[in-house]
Amino acid sequence: MKTVYTHPKYLKKVPFHYCPGCGHSVIHRLIAELIDEMNIHDRVLGIPPCGCSVFAYNYLDIDMTEAAHGRGAAVATGMKRAFPEAIVFSYQGDGDLAAIGTAETIHAANRGENITVISVNNAVYGMTGGQMAPTTLLDQWTTTTPYGRDAKTAGHPVKMCELVAVLDGSVYVERTAVDSPANIRKAKKAIQKGFQVQMDNLGFSLVEVLSPCPVNWKMTPVESWEWIEKEMEKVFPLGIIKDTTGKKDAD
Amino acid sequence: MKGYIKIDGELCKGCQVCLTFCPKSSLSISDKVNASGYSPALFKEDGECTGCAICAVVCPEVAIEVYRG
Repeated sequence: MKTVYTHPKYLKKVPFHYCPGCGHSVIHRLIAELIDEMNIHDRVLGIPPCGCSVFAYNYLDIDMTEAAHGRGAAVATGMKRAFPEAIVFSYQGDGDLAAIGTAETIHAANRGENITVISVNNAVYGMTGGQMAPTTLLDQWTTTTPYGRDAKTAGHPVKMCELVAVLDGSVYVERTAVDSPANIRKAKKAIQKGFQVQMDNLGFSLVEVLSPCPVNWKMTPVESWEWIEKEMEKVFPLGIIKDTTGKKDAD
Repeated sequence: MKGYIKIDGELCKGCQVCLTFCPKSSLSISDKVNASGYSPALFKEDGECTGCAICAVVCPEVAIEVYRG
């Protein structure tokens, strides 16, 4: 009898505190699987965000340091400069990355810091009760946009991948989603490439993952996974936004 | 049977994502409730399993283990 799939080694066997159908736990699992497969458990350092996934260190069995809200890329910069041999990733939500942490993220990318940022985009502020985030879609209902997001007063969804891709310091930018088995596998490959870019000392990599938030979207888990495919992917197209790894040589 | 799965009924939160993606529609929801108050997923008694591991790939709770052979 061959084991096809079992609990990843570097994911603690405890129940997640996330709501049923949440994408965070899927992404945690992908990271745990990659740490085992790439054999980097002894030199990987993680930075969990503020938000629902603030307790990522309760689940991933690696060294992690909490950062202030939005400062993941800044703390990762310091950690990477202090421990150049470490593989440093920051795990950030959309409110963390695209609202309060925009400056830190953009300047870390512009400096070409050799870190990996994993951005989880669920189009709302999940933990605080489903308020409008910068990435909320137009006409999307949230608790602070009860008539739908209006571009005249609330602006347009922020596309962080495209923003970071225009900077010369970024090397690898990809957007993936947790909405189907195929896309989950693609997300894993994207995160793997992000880590690989860092191991090859090429520069800044950003992997955005569209993730469901069934509770704040007021949907069932299955409906929310479908909503990503039907609505979110129109605004946030999946795929590799920027990949200049072939043009750069490792130091 | 080509493959079989083990579902940890205490980790499962009954989100039913695995039911949607199982290519053989071999999963259903239990009528019992676990310690957290969720109705976990259950492998149907007459269900067919090829060991494709799609249920494990989509499971947000890492509650499914897959074996083949």
